[in-house]
Amino acid sequence: MIATADEQGTAELSRRLRELVAPEFVIEDAETRRPYECDALPIYRELPTLVVLPESVDQLRAVMRLCHEEGVPVIARGAGTGLSAGALPSPAAVVLSLARLDRILEIDPLARTARVQPGVRNLAISEAAAEYGLFYGPDPSSQIACSIGGNVAENSGGVHCLKYGLTVHNVLRAELVDVRGERFVVGSEGPDAAGFDLMALVTGSEGLLGVVTEITVRLLPTPETAQVVMAAFDSVSLAGDAVGAVIAAGIVPAGLEMMDGHAIRAAEAFAQAGYPTDASALLLCEIDGTAEEVAEYCGRVEQMFSDLGAVSTRTSRNEAERELLWKGRKSAFPAVGRISPDYYCMDGTIPRGRIAEVLTEIDRMAAHYDLRVANVFHAGDGNLHPLILFDANVPGDFGKAEEFGGRILELCVAVGGCITGEHGVGIEKLRQMPAQFTDSELEQLHAVKRAFDPAGRLNPGKSIPTLRQCQEYRTLARVRESASQESASALPGRTLRSMEEASHGSNVHPSVAGTPKGTRDSAS
Amino acid sequence: MSDIANRIVERIEAARRDGEPLSIVAGASKRFVGRASRGNPLDVAAHQGIVSYEPGELVLTVRAGTRLAEIEAALAEHGQALQFEPPQFDGAATIGGTLACNASGPARPWSGSVRDAVLGVELVTGRAQRLRFGGQVMKNVAGFDVSRLQAGALGAFGVITEISLKVLPRPRHTVTLVRRLDAADAIVHMNGLAGTAKPLSGACWHDGQLYVRFSGAESAVDAAANQWGGERLDAAESFWQDLAEQRLPYFRAGVPLWRFSVRSSSPLPEIDGDWLIDWGGAQRWLHGDLDKGELERAAESAGGHVSLYRGGDREGEVHHALPEALKSLHLRLKDAFDPDRILNPGRLYGWM
Repeated sequence: MIATADEQGTAELSRRLRELVAPEFVIEDAETRRPYECDALPIYRELPTLVVLPESVDQLRAVMRLCHEEGVPVIARGAGTGLSAGALPSPAAVVLSLARLDRILEIDPLARTARVQPGVRNLAISEAAAEYGLFYGPDPSSQIACSIGGNVAENSGGVHCLKYGLTVHNVLRAELVDVRGERFVVGSEGPDAAGFDLMALVTGSEGLLGVVTEITVRLLPTPETAQVVMAAFDSVSLAGDAVGAVIAAGIVPAGLEMMDGHAIRAAEAFAQAGYPTDASALLLCEIDGTAEEVAEYCGRVEQMFSDLGAVSTRTSRNEAERELLWKGRKSAFPAVGRISPDYYCMDGTIPRGRIAEVLTEIDRMAAHYDLRVANVFHAGDGNLHPLILFDANVPGDFGKAEEFGGRILELCVAVGGCITGEHGVGIEKLRQMPAQFTDSELEQLHAVKRAFDPAGRLNPGKSIPTLRQCQEYRTLARVRESASQESASALPGRTLRSMEEASHGSNVHPSVAGTPKGTRDSAS
Repeated sequence: MSDIANRIVERIEAARRDGEPLSIVAGASKRFVGRASRGNPLDVAAHQGIVSYEPGELVLTVRAGTRLAEIEAALAEHGQALQFEPPQFDGAATIGGTLACNASGPARPWSGSVRDAVLGVELVTGRAQRLRFGGQVMKNVAGFDVSRLQAGALGAFGVITEISLKVLPRPRHTVTLVRRLDAADAIVHMNGLAGTAKPLSGACWHDGQLYVRFSGAESAVDAAANQWGGERLDAAESFWQDLAEQRLPYFRAGVPLWRFSVRSSSPLPEIDGDWLIDWGGAQRWLHGDLDKGELERAAESAGGHVSLYRGGDREGEVHHALPEALKSLHLRLKDAFDPDRILNPGRLYGWM
């Protein structure tokens, strides 16, 4: 067999990478590359050409230098738990896994900081800090598996970010390697840094600006105690009002979550948490702090929920009961996975006050698309996770789900929200970016990207659509608009491709959020 | 309420055409920050007014020329506040200037800075384009975080015209305690206290006195205060206000005034002088005719940076020197927003 020019190029690149990184960590064979073909949104997949796993920052820099010399794009990858196909390989690119940079370098209990490598798991930081009575704030639901480097790339949130903030509020300093392999440092160990706030700019940049090689995070004192108040309501709008009332009363809960009827019933069947299955909306409000504070606020919150029409309320009396009440919420995704062959998790943010209106509109759209949807909502900070239920084995079902999802995100923008609260844009939401940004704004974002990476070789094609793509999306949206009365057949081209993949793929289960299925790197 | 955004766009368009440098000004309360302004004044004070305020959402959207005093008054009606306690400088400070200077007060280590509170901005860039980034919701990860990039940039990217901020409930109860300690012990003490789950909201040391403030639910504050000991400070509110406003006698004692932003637990550098330590150890002030290079080395060994905050030579560099790699990155970023370098040229660094 005669190798093509591309194959020869790959073989040569692979040979040179093996001079930099131990040969077994330059992955060339298809079987071993397979786990890197997608992240936790496996409807998008592409087999990478080469995967390289450096064991040190020096090796990583050498890899970056080589790729730069050869003009090869690089896609950095953490634990592979991302939900927007941000780590999707592209044919000409090298996938750079940070899985082996997984050491906690230092915990400074007095300064309350941890210095860690990017491959360290989110939860491992809190586990290591626990002996000092400290923890790391952001707790995405994938925290068992997801890596801190990925958290920085996505600006991850979690259940507790209303009180403890997002990743951007909890990282102090990062060391990065730029596209040429040069090291640079952003942030500082102090509360701010000299010059521009590059720490903020890098956080949430989805691997487009540099490769993070070391992170210093802020640690917080573990609260003395926590209790959760559960309240069931007959209507979503009453529950929404109750959320607003808690906030307006001057209480900042550690977490404030809402589930709709579908989610309640699925979660209860799965976790037997004691949720009232006839309720239309359920609130879980967690208060943490000193024992005195928790007792005072829980009493007020429970009273407020009753006064505002809760059908029933319940406050956890001990740690076991608190964990049980959370268990239902935390297992909502897998629980929904049990009542449907597949589901597609969306991630829009809306002003809290619009929740009833948005859920009503989502129900209306669900009827239009003939698909069921369960809603899980970080109500405290307005982050909505509609779970669209579908069956990938039914031809066309996923295509409908994807289009429905896109419409939900556009709805979020229309009511004053945004297309992604914590999952990122990646590949998945490129099509909704023009709904949130004008062409000039997108062009400005591209200009920022060029300041770091003039040739566009870091995670190319992600996060910011080209203006040409935007034109196509708008044209297709108009086509869809005019055809939507007829049927759901006028789908954008990429959706059609995805539909085919969904019908033919053997492993099309978008229902992997927060499950160990995302920890593909560790298998290598 | 008045909206002069179109005038700002036109002014920048004209300046771009003529290569005319502009110096952005609103309340003129922080003229002393950064290097001496070059350029003709671009007064944006008239771009002011609260655009929307939803207490139940904890979100405020406001034109950048709005004075902090007006904002705080509107928030107070609903028992809310700007949790970063920005200095109002005799009522002149505006929210736009506060963000451009990343100015925050004593609660900053616990409640976050103005940078942390920002949700979105509208900006007129050096290309005279009116652009929006971020939004009015708590979580938004679409696109790069251009909003927070404005914090401390001293207007290098554009004129901030509108800002959306997260606001928070005003604490229900506050107690301040004071005790005598030397600086070294105070630093250890502040950091130790910050590592316990107590409702801390301020920790400051000066002249042998450690001031500690607790804020929050009455029960929790009183319990923490009783446990910690120390004397209750009368007129505590004015102490913290005077600290935030930089009008304690310390801040009048002389210039040049240096600001250190360092690892909160780092020992005090061996530089003699009258130190004031705030932010639980992370922000430290020192005045005197001192060698910038020496202070920079001290700040670096404490994991942070130093700036010549007020007074001294404003024609020279006043901010911590950047390594070459960051310097060129700063210039490329500046050029991405303001390719003709007409906005606040040289204010942050002489080379920009």
